[in-house]
Amino acid sequence: MALYRVLSSSPNKPANALQSTLLNMQETIREPMVQDPTQFDVLVMPNLYGDILSDLCAGLIGGLGVTPSGNIGANGVAIFESVHGTAPDIAGKDLANPTALLLSAVMMLRHMGLHGHAKKIETACFDTIRDRKVLTKDLGGNSKCSEFTEAICQRMKDMD
Amino acid sequence: MAGKAWRSAIVNLLTKLGLSINGKDKFKPQELSRVVGAAKNETPQSRTFIRGIQTVTLIPGDGIGPEISNAVMKIFEAAKAPIRWEERNVTAIRGPGGKWMIPPDAKESMDKNKIGLKGPLKTPIAAGHPSMNLLLRKTFDLYANVRPCVSIEGYQTPYTDVNLVTIRENTEGEYSGIEHVIVDGVVQSIKLITEQASKRIAEYAFEYARNNQRASVTAVHKANIMRMSDGLFLRKCREAAEKYKDVKFTEMYLDTVCLNMVQDPTQFDVLVMPNLYGDILSDLCAGLIGGLGVTPSGNIGANGVAIFESVHGTAPDIAGKDLANPTALLLSAVMMLRHMGLHGHAKKIETACFDTIRDRKVLTKDLGGNSKCSEFTEAICQRMKDMD
Repeated sequence: MALYRVLSSSPNKPANALQSTLLNMQETIREPMVQDPTQFDVLVMPNLYGDILSDLCAGLIGGLGVTPSGNIGANGVAIFESVHGTAPDIAGKDLANPTALLLSAVMMLRHMGLHGHAKKIETACFDTIRDRKVLTKDLGGNSKCSEFTEAICQRMKDMD
Repeated sequence: MAGKAWRSAIVNLLTKLGLSINGKDKFKPQELSRVVGAAKNETPQSRTFIRGIQTVTLIPGDGIGPEISNAVMKIFEAAKAPIRWEERNVTAIRGPGGKWMIPPDAKESMDKNKIGLKGPLKTPIAAGHPSMNLLLRKTFDLYANVRPCVSIEGYQTPYTDVNLVTIRENTEGEYSGIEHVIVDGVVQSIKLITEQASKRIAEYAFEYARNNQRASVTAVHKANIMRMSDGLFLRKCREAAEKYKDVKFTEMYLDTVCLNMVQDPTQFDVLVMPNLYGDILSDLCAGLIGGLGVTPSGNIGANGVAIFESVHGTAPDIAGKDLANPTALLLSAVMMLRHMGLHGHAKKIETACFDTIRDRKVLTKDLGGNSKCSEFTEAICQRMKDMD
């Protein structure tokens, strides 16, 4: 599972403070994950610890709504997935945030060696979020899922 | 004074008079009421016992341990706290039969005083004996590890307004030490959860919540996966909740707690959990407020024993240089005062400490300043003098 750092500010207050503090912090002593996650790179661990740490780290970047995930199996099988819930209260209302599933799909493209397309889609997605003009409700905006999707598509058309 | 503090105060006074409460020695009812009255009013009744002063076992520890212990003693003196310190060393020794144990005079002191304050201990690498902390835990059956995590104004971290308490079951669970090789390359580890230990920690958590005016207790578990072990733990928490209707009870999966903890720790109050989860969460929460250098900790044992301790390392690189930060040990000592029912003194010392840090004029290096340990200590003492 790769974690992508959402570079634009998130509406969540602690994440905001964390990001701005991280950019300015000069650590002179060792700190755990919540004080300086930038000291970590790839972490490998047994099942339970992974259950805990993967959710903890998702929390650092904004939660399960923006976190991609991949499951690698034997015989070359790999299943990429969004790890948030089904959100039945907003289902069918064009309010959902597709970021988690989109970033998982980007992970999938990279796994398949399609790095160019992966980069393009990821950049379009991150730029849209950074721009803060068209955002779904959970990201702090009031746009529809379709509008958010369209904004990303438009950026990619502009890239060509 | 809280119930337990009452009892030990009375027992101490009786012991000093050469009396006991369990009926083995005969004592006159008038003497008992005189002693109780003395404890209540903290007035001296005779020269044979010191008025209202409680003796606490002090284990300075290694590295910066002695200097931060001195700082705490100095601050307690300035606060006029009714505490007499009895210093002891807990370096492991081999007892009869070759079994590792803590020195008998240390054990005797703790058994007598019941309350202890401990600095950081060296982890022996090649000494061949178990860790000192493990030895202490086993000797006194320290079943609950309690860490209150409160944001410290003046010591900025990415998280504000943190005010929660982690209560960790400290005797069993994933750390039972029962491991074996099934076949080459396959190892099995036993996670032991017992009804007795789960009931004990759950009831302690609710008792703590009630005594410290905390609104809710949350059981942290993974009973969806570990249905029998965490299931048993959870059941005992639910049963304890029934006896403490004045405290709200909730349950949350461990991974959800971690996810939410790093996004909004203010939603949490008292958390109770088995050993491994507690090990992780207590350090995580310490990280939220600034690390082990500012986090207090208490270990509650059977038979009224309680050992409060700083949980940071011995910092050998700065030992003896008057650079250490005594905050963690000091706040642990404040926790100890509250446990003993000495709320007034606890508040006074805690306020002086927090005000000094908030002021940001006299801070040790790890807190972002460049003052000495002695200067920081003096600043706190001065504030308390100014309070009087």
